[in-house]
Amino acid sequence: MIRFLLRRLLLTVPVLVGLTALVFIIGRMLPGDPVALAAGPNASAAEIADVAREFGLDRPLLTQYGSYLSGLMRGDFGVSIFTRRPVAEDLAAFLPATLELVFAAMFIAVAIGLPMGLATAVWRDRWPDAVSRVAALGAISMPRFFLGLLLQLGFAMWLGWLPLSGRFPITEDPPPWVTGFLTIDALVAGDGYAFGVACQHLLLPALAMSLSPLATIMRMMRASTLEVLQQDYVLTERALGLSRSLILFKYVSRNAVAATLTVIGLYFGWLLGGTVLVETVFDWPGIGLYATKSVVSQDFMPVIGVTLVIGTIFVFANLLVDVMQGLVNPRVRVE
Amino acid sequence: MTALLEIEGLHLGMQSFDGEAHVLNGIDLTIRRGEVWGVVGETGCGKSLTGLSVSRLVPTPPARYRAGRILFEGQDVLAMPEGELRKLRGRHIGMIFQDPTTNLNPSFRIGDQLVDVALAAARHSERITRAAARDLAARMLDKVGIPNAASRLDDYPHQFSGGMRQRVLIAMALIGRPSLLIADEPTTALDVSVQAQVLALLKGMVAETGMAVMLITHNLGVVAQSCTHVAVMYAGNIVESGRVAQVIRAPRHPYTQALLAAIPTRHVARGALQGLAGSVPDLLAPPPGCRFAPRCAHARAACAVLPASVTVEEGHRVACVLAHA
Repeated sequence: MIRFLLRRLLLTVPVLVGLTALVFIIGRMLPGDPVALAAGPNASAAEIADVAREFGLDRPLLTQYGSYLSGLMRGDFGVSIFTRRPVAEDLAAFLPATLELVFAAMFIAVAIGLPMGLATAVWRDRWPDAVSRVAALGAISMPRFFLGLLLQLGFAMWLGWLPLSGRFPITEDPPPWVTGFLTIDALVAGDGYAFGVACQHLLLPALAMSLSPLATIMRMMRASTLEVLQQDYVLTERALGLSRSLILFKYVSRNAVAATLTVIGLYFGWLLGGTVLVETVFDWPGIGLYATKSVVSQDFMPVIGVTLVIGTIFVFANLLVDVMQGLVNPRVRVE
Repeated sequence: MTALLEIEGLHLGMQSFDGEAHVLNGIDLTIRRGEVWGVVGETGCGKSLTGLSVSRLVPTPPARYRAGRILFEGQDVLAMPEGELRKLRGRHIGMIFQDPTTNLNPSFRIGDQLVDVALAAARHSERITRAAARDLAARMLDKVGIPNAASRLDDYPHQFSGGMRQRVLIAMALIGRPSLLIADEPTTALDVSVQAQVLALLKGMVAETGMAVMLITHNLGVVAQSCTHVAVMYAGNIVESGRVAQVIRAPRHPYTQALLAAIPTRHVARGALQGLAGSVPDLLAPPPGCRFAPRCAHARAACAVLPASVTVEEGHRVACVLAHA
């Protein structure tokens, strides 16, 4: 297991280096002149050149890439030419919000999607299955930002049950920073009220993000459950008197979940990349919103940084899925 | 001796895209305690469906029981609610299937699977603890000839060879101490040398427990070696049944005779082996009367009516007009 992990970790290095090169080059080849934008509307040519020199943008691209890479080794993601703040600090401030959102969305998707997939497989071709099929198609087809707007309209504007946007009321003090996850920090601080408020803010954006993976996970789980139910060992288990619930919840579900795990891992990365729109709609202070603002102002260092972070997490999510495959399926366990 | 299992006039239809196939056409079979029945016939003759029907494991739909009863210890299995059936399965009726590579759940330790079957079997009588069930599982594994049984409980199915897996499945089928074992081609998927070992093991377990066995196979050699009785099936009917000595030494039905003539022996000259011309009938539109008539050398006008089964000597029954005379 340790050797397997080490080998996989080693294999991620070329992937990540390739990613930095790609992102760095694309970031620099985008049209527009960020330096002029950063220097201000009335800046003279000399002032613009000063700004370029200050950030090292007058050097050849390869040199810039080299110094960026060596900076990365030290955890330095460069400096925003707009706010002049180190990108690493911004990322550290915004990433927990995004991760909290993604984890919450994944939790909803898995906690509802897996049991519903199992249930619809058991009720195959009866009405719950038919209803869920139509609903899943709708959920997969609907753009997340649009779904977000609908949820805001329904639950925040009309019903008034949940806050419209944001992560925590500006007028109140958030719990002291421990993990950066407001819900967990509130629990650590023993602040039940703050926990409730944080959850209320989290619910709508997490729902908006979770629906599409939920639908996919449900359909995958349904398909793999149906396949497992056809297996010879299920007949043997029935023939030897195991109860229906034991067969379904213990023996069938583990085999079916193994087939669904890969999709769950892929969706985790997909959600991270997809937070941009949802965070914008819900004004959620995560790296998605940070990336949007940076793109608009052509501030490429933060954009590169965000892409790198998402890419890295994506790679590790897939690694985690492989490890979990080993836990669920003994045959892929590596000696 | 009282009958353990009585199948009376069992008719089973199977729905397909082209209509309903009449796959079991009036099965009559009585198995008493201590008897080892071989059920033989070619692929598709309904021998596996007969075995599955005893535990009512045939999915309905697409299958449909059209007539008949299956009495296990006097209770009609076909009329039982699902909860009653579960008490029967594993505890009174054990089952073993053909392919040991696909009949163990690949994601669970074999100890887990054995323990759950043991617990399920004990649930309806004296309850036992998980630890006791684990001890029992280790003893069963030891009995079926798996070395270091206790330590192998924590192994997964893929860590066993095919023959060993079939031994595990036998242990699993017998852990609830059933009075009837239904073994559906338990040696077909195994190497010949392993086949002999598994058959010897089954024989030993039968001798030790005194349970009745329904051994489904297409191998008459296996029947001759391991069974006390045999039922020969053709296209959904039992055409001949009786003690092995009666049926194999003095077969009365033309199909049984043809089957036996198709077995190579040392004395048969090369090229002299007799096959059976024609093929099994289409069960969507079976021939009226005797289903074997189209391939039978002795077919006559009287075969247009399904021949009743008659007793030709004590316990030896034949469903053929030839035996009626």
